[in-house]
Amino acid sequence: MAVRVVIDVAPMEAPPASTRAGVLGAVGLALLRSRKAMFGVAMLAFFSLVAVLAPVIAPYDPHALQFDPILGPSAQHLLGTTSFGQDIFSQLVWSTRQSLVLAIVAGLVATLISVIVGVSAAYLGGLWDHVLNLFTDVFLVIPTLPLMIVVAAYAGSGGVAVLIAVIVLTGWSYGARQLRSQALSLRNREFLEAARVRGERSPYIIVFEVLPNMTSLIVAIFLGAALYAVLAAAGLQFIGLGDPNDLSWGTMLYWAQANGALLAGSPIWVLAPGICIALLGAAFALLNYAFDELSNPALRPVRRKKA
Amino acid sequence: MSYLVRRLEFFFITLWAALTINFILPRVMPGNPAQAMLVRYHGRVSPQTIHTLEVALGLNNHQPIFQQYLQYLGNTLTGNFGTSVTFFPSSVGDIVKQGLPWTLGLVGMSTVIAFALGTVIGMLSAWRRGGFLDAILPPVFIVTSAFPYFWLGLIVLLVLSLTLGWFPLGFAYDITGSIELSWSFVGQVISHGFLPALTIVITSIGGWILTMRNTMITTLAEDYVKMARAKGLSPVRIMFMYAGRNAILPNLTGFAMSLGFVISGAILVEIVFNYPGLGFTLLQAVHSEDFALMQTLFLMITLAVLIAVLAADILTAWLDPRTREAS
Repeated sequence: MAVRVVIDVAPMEAPPASTRAGVLGAVGLALLRSRKAMFGVAMLAFFSLVAVLAPVIAPYDPHALQFDPILGPSAQHLLGTTSFGQDIFSQLVWSTRQSLVLAIVAGLVATLISVIVGVSAAYLGGLWDHVLNLFTDVFLVIPTLPLMIVVAAYAGSGGVAVLIAVIVLTGWSYGARQLRSQALSLRNREFLEAARVRGERSPYIIVFEVLPNMTSLIVAIFLGAALYAVLAAAGLQFIGLGDPNDLSWGTMLYWAQANGALLAGSPIWVLAPGICIALLGAAFALLNYAFDELSNPALRPVRRKKA
Repeated sequence: MSYLVRRLEFFFITLWAALTINFILPRVMPGNPAQAMLVRYHGRVSPQTIHTLEVALGLNNHQPIFQQYLQYLGNTLTGNFGTSVTFFPSSVGDIVKQGLPWTLGLVGMSTVIAFALGTVIGMLSAWRRGGFLDAILPPVFIVTSAFPYFWLGLIVLLVLSLTLGWFPLGFAYDITGSIELSWSFVGQVISHGFLPALTIVITSIGGWILTMRNTMITTLAEDYVKMARAKGLSPVRIMFMYAGRNAILPNLTGFAMSLGFVISGAILVEIVFNYPGLGFTLLQAVHSEDFALMQTLFLMITLAVLIAVLAADILTAWLDPRTREAS
């Protein structure tokens, strides 16, 4: 599980938002220039394609127990077969769907909660800020995995919905803290003062004035939350807290471990889903890093001057 | 001292929150663990045991909820956690006592190593911005930090232990031996702990490198650093005593707040290596639906993290005079 180091973001200059297209255009251009970001985008596009085209790509039914167990890689079975005689490559391809959907949905919901809690804490101020901030810190410090395990154990093997709920419950606090810091630095800016003088109501100001100026941070938080979701889901499914009949990389690892794949001489059964998890995670992590550089110009790579 | 008072306030509020989550969870989640256990053991459990379990989990609704809550708080604070189903008839408290030192040792050591190493690498790569170190290490460790802890553990186990045979296959010491205070036992503990520790260091170091690098870059732009350069101080001195020393403070706070994430990963590492710590025990508790043990483990792990956070806060207060000023 990736370490997420929690530091209050220094007041960042919001990008000069003249038009929305201008902001998005600048973001797109900066992404194109960054090799890290391009790798992340390419990886995500690749996995999305695999997820959509799974029925076309996978040669066999992923559940079918029709082959000899523990075959090595061959032309018929690119990655060999499991102890149950299932085709590993087909399982891997079909698993892309759930793993990707889980990461994106859990990431989006967690981000939404982060935005609501973080921005309202900063904007409402006073006692509200104190209470919401304390609430955020408490959820930040409580170790997530034991909490996830206990919740998932009580919920029983409830499948994807339970996994998403558990991940969201434990994953929103990090973003909320970062968003609060940035929203605080925006609170007294002149354009918000102007909106207040114009007589706009708070919801309007938050949605149309504050949030557009935080776009790049919100995207970065979504990417961080998605990375967290990828790893958390894999961890929970690996220890058997998902639905074992689901097709996902974490569940594949669960079955591989339960059947002693490493000792039984089929390391590919363990290697392949792990590499996929790592690649999807790395895609989110690298994009996140690129967005960090984007929203904080001080961190952008420099060309060293020749002395 | 107001800083420490605020941090103490946070410590107790978080502890109370964790206790309360623990109390509420079994009451709001669907299903009845006591009945599930009855089914699991095909009625071999005496009705009395079921009743005890129901009381412990708050499933007997005869008492008002507030009274149950007070009873639960009283039991927990006096260390009365009930009996473990998995390790019957040991008490939950004893099981936790057995696992705790292993987890504290493994996670504590590897986290401190990762933090120290990550901080130094981050400092160096910010100092030589765009240099060789800066071009290679941060991106590499961003990628390794996306590895699932447990999967890296499996790979390390496969390569270094199964294939090359350099390290033992798991557990915390040679299973034939006994726990004793001798050099050979210490050697066993180190050789058994090396791989899990390596796994934790590799997957967690990226975060420390990145944040240290980022705060260091900001610090290097400060006027006092320019001043130090202008005075002609040696670069090593500026790097460690001027910039590094100040950049490390926010990193230390971040370190404390991130311990919860680290320990979560470490739990999975323990499971992969059959390391007899709290995480491994937690898995056994989950598999045998031992809710009393599960909840106590959650509390203990939270308490350990909170104490570490408090320690980091005290360290920060000692290092940073600004936190000591009354605001």
